Amino acid sequence: MMKITEGSHAVAEIVAFCRPQVVSAYPITPQTHIVEALAEMVADCKLDAEYITVENELSALSACIGASAAGSRVYSATTSQGLALMYEACFNAAGMRLPIIMSIANRAMGAPLSIWNDQQDSISLRDSGWLQFYAEDNQEATDLHVIAYKVAEDHSVLLPAMVCFDGFILSHTYEPVDMLSQEDVDKYLPKFNPYEKLDAADPISFGMYATPDYYHEFRYEIDNAVKRAGGVIKKAGKEFGTMFGRDYSSMTEEYRMEDADTAIVAMGSVCGTIKDAIDEMRASGKKVGLVRIRVFRPFPSGDIAKALSKAKRVAVLDKNISLGAKGATAIEVKDAMYGKATPILNYIIGLGGRDVRKRDIAAIVALAEKGEGDMFYGLRKEVL
Amino acid sequence: MVDKSLELFECGHRACGGCGAALAARLAMKGAGTNTIVVNSTGCMEVFSTPYPETAWKVPWIHSLFENASAVASGVEASLKKQRRGEKVVIMAGDGATFDIGMICISGAFERGHDFTYICYDNEAYMNTGIQRSGATPYDASTTTSPAGKCSFGNKRPKKDMPQIIAAHGAPYVATASIAYPADLMQKVERAVNTKGPCYVQVHAPCCTGWGFEGEQTLAIAKLAVETGLWINYEMVDGKVSKVKKVVKKPVEEYLKTQKRFRHLFKPARQDAEIAAIQAMADRNFEKYGIEIKLKKE
Repeated sequence: MMKITEGSHAVAEIVAFCRPQVVSAYPITPQTHIVEALAEMVADCKLDAEYITVENELSALSACIGASAAGSRVYSATTSQGLALMYEACFNAAGMRLPIIMSIANRAMGAPLSIWNDQQDSISLRDSGWLQFYAEDNQEATDLHVIAYKVAEDHSVLLPAMVCFDGFILSHTYEPVDMLSQEDVDKYLPKFNPYEKLDAADPISFGMYATPDYYHEFRYEIDNAVKRAGGVIKKAGKEFGTMFGRDYSSMTEEYRMEDADTAIVAMGSVCGTIKDAIDEMRASGKKVGLVRIRVFRPFPSGDIAKALSKAKRVAVLDKNISLGAKGATAIEVKDAMYGKATPILNYIIGLGGRDVRKRDIAAIVALAEKGEGDMFYGLRKEVL
Repeated sequence: MVDKSLELFECGHRACGGCGAALAARLAMKGAGTNTIVVNSTGCMEVFSTPYPETAWKVPWIHSLFENASAVASGVEASLKKQRRGEKVVIMAGDGATFDIGMICISGAFERGHDFTYICYDNEAYMNTGIQRSGATPYDASTTTSPAGKCSFGNKRPKKDMPQIIAAHGAPYVATASIAYPADLMQKVERAVNTKGPCYVQVHAPCCTGWGFEGEQTLAIAKLAVETGLWINYEMVDGKVSKVKKVVKKPVEEYLKTQKRFRHLFKPARQDAEIAAIQAMADRNFEKYGIEIKLKKE
C-alpha cells in the first residue's frame, strides 16, 4: 500500500512486520524516531516483542547478542557515536555468527561533533564481518530490512547485517513508500530458525577462546560466509522482485551506463541527486552514467568491474574518508579495477551534512574530464 | 532443591592447581542446577574453562566480552521470557569485570530488573592479565600495578563495597560467600537463582598464583579471611542484612602473613602502623556486622 511517511517510521513499521522478538536500543539522533515508534507499538500491543531500554549502545548490541544466541529474532538501531561504542560487540556478533539486524541512520563521527549525515560511521566497521546494505531512498531502506533478515538468517550465511540509510536526508524525510503488509512479509520471511541456540536441553558453549591453532580458520570461515552472502542476497533480492515487483537481485544498480564516458560510483541518497544531474548532463550531450553500490559488504567487485569496463574515466564519490588514504569506496573500486588503465578519481563529498547539489555533481564530472581528482570536493577555502 | 551431587563444571579445565575461582564455579553450578544458562565475562575462568574445542561447562554457556555480561544476560533473559522458556540465567564474572569495567552494564541491568543471578568470583585483582589491581583489591595488597616499593605499601585504597552498590539498585537478594564454606555458598546461589529479579552473590575466591601461596592452602586462607573479619559472609534480603556468619575473632596478621602480596608488611621490617590500619578495618567490620563470637574464659 502506497503511503506518505517519514523514513524512520517506514523503517519502524517494516521492522515490526519482520516480527522481532527482542528489540534493544538506545536513543541517538537521527535514529530516535525508529526506536520511539517501535516503543509505541510495543506499548499499544501492536508489536509482541520484549523491548529492552538499555543504558548505552554497547549494551543494546550486547543484549541483542544474548537474545539472538538464546534463539530470538532481534533488532537494534543506532548511528555514529553509538555505533562506535558498539565497535567491540560488532566484531563479537559476527564472530559468533548471530544474524542480528541493525538499522544505521548514517551520521558523521566526532570530533568535531556533528549530528548530520555522512557515512563514516558504518564504513568504519566495514571490516567487522557485518553485511552492509546502503539505501538510496526510503522505499529501499524499507525493503532492504526484510531482505536483510532473510539473508542474515540463511543457514549458509549466519551473519549480522547493517541496513544503512542517510541520517536526516532519508530518516527525517517524508516520501511515498509502497509499504508491504504483514501478510506480504510473513509470506516472504520465514520464522526465525536458529542454527544453534543456548538451550538447557542441548548445552553448547558460545564464544570460546581460540588458540593460534584455531583462530586463523575461524576468520577464514567468517570471510567465506560474508562472500557467500553475495549469492544469497541476489537470490533473496530476486525472490523479493518476483513477489512484490521491486527487484533487488543485483548488489549494484547501473543508471544510463550503456554508453557512458564518465562513470560515477556512489552510494546512498546522493544517488538520487546524481541521477537527476546525469539526466541534465545527458540532455546537454555529456555521456555520464552511475554505478550505485547497494551492498558494500560483501563488496561486489566483479559486478563493478564489469559495469565500469567501457567507461573512459571513473569518478568515485565518497561520504567518508580513510584519513591519510582515500575514501573507502574508491579504494575498493581501484581494487576491483586493478590491471585496467581506466583513470579512477576520488572525490570526498558531503561530510558532516554538507549539501551535495546537482551542480556539484556536474562540477565533479567536469573535474574528472580534466583528470583532476583525489580531493575533498567543495572546500570552503576561506575557513581553512 | 537442586541435586548438588551433579558436576556441571567438569574437571579437566586449565586452571592452576588450588584455583579458588574454579572451585567457586563448581560449587555455584551445584547450587544453580542443570536448568541454567551461564553468561561468562572475559577473564581467567572463561579462558581456563573453554579452550576451543573443549569446554568444562555442562550447561549452555556464552561468553561475549569483558564488560557486557549483564547486558548479554539481559538479552538472554528477555529472549527466554518471549519464548516462555524456564531456564535460569546466571552470570559468572570476575572482580575486574564486575567492580570496574562492567559497572555501567551491571547498573543498567539491575535497574531494569531482569531475572538473573550475577555471581562475582572475587579474587581481588586482574589475574588473567598478570595480577593488576582492580576496584576489589584490598588495602596494601601488592599487585603488578600497585606494587609495594620504597615509597608505597601497595594498593592505596580499600575494596569497593560492591554488594551495597548492588543493594542500592533495589536487588531483592544480595549475598557474599566464600569457597571455604561450600554448603553456605551453594545454598546462597540456589536461593538467588530461585529469587525473582536481579540477584547478586559475591564469592571470595583466593588465587594462589596472584596472592602468592601454595595451592593446597586455598581453603585455609579463604577461611582465615572470614575469621579475621576481612571478608564478611552475609545475606541482604530487600536491602536489609539478614544473616551474617559469626566467627571467633583472629588478628588480621594471621591472614596477611600467609600471602606474598602482603609480605612487604612484615619484611624487611614489620610495618606496625599499616598492620594496625588493616586491623582497624577488620574491627569496624566486626562491629558493623556484629560477627564476633566471644569465648567464655575458663
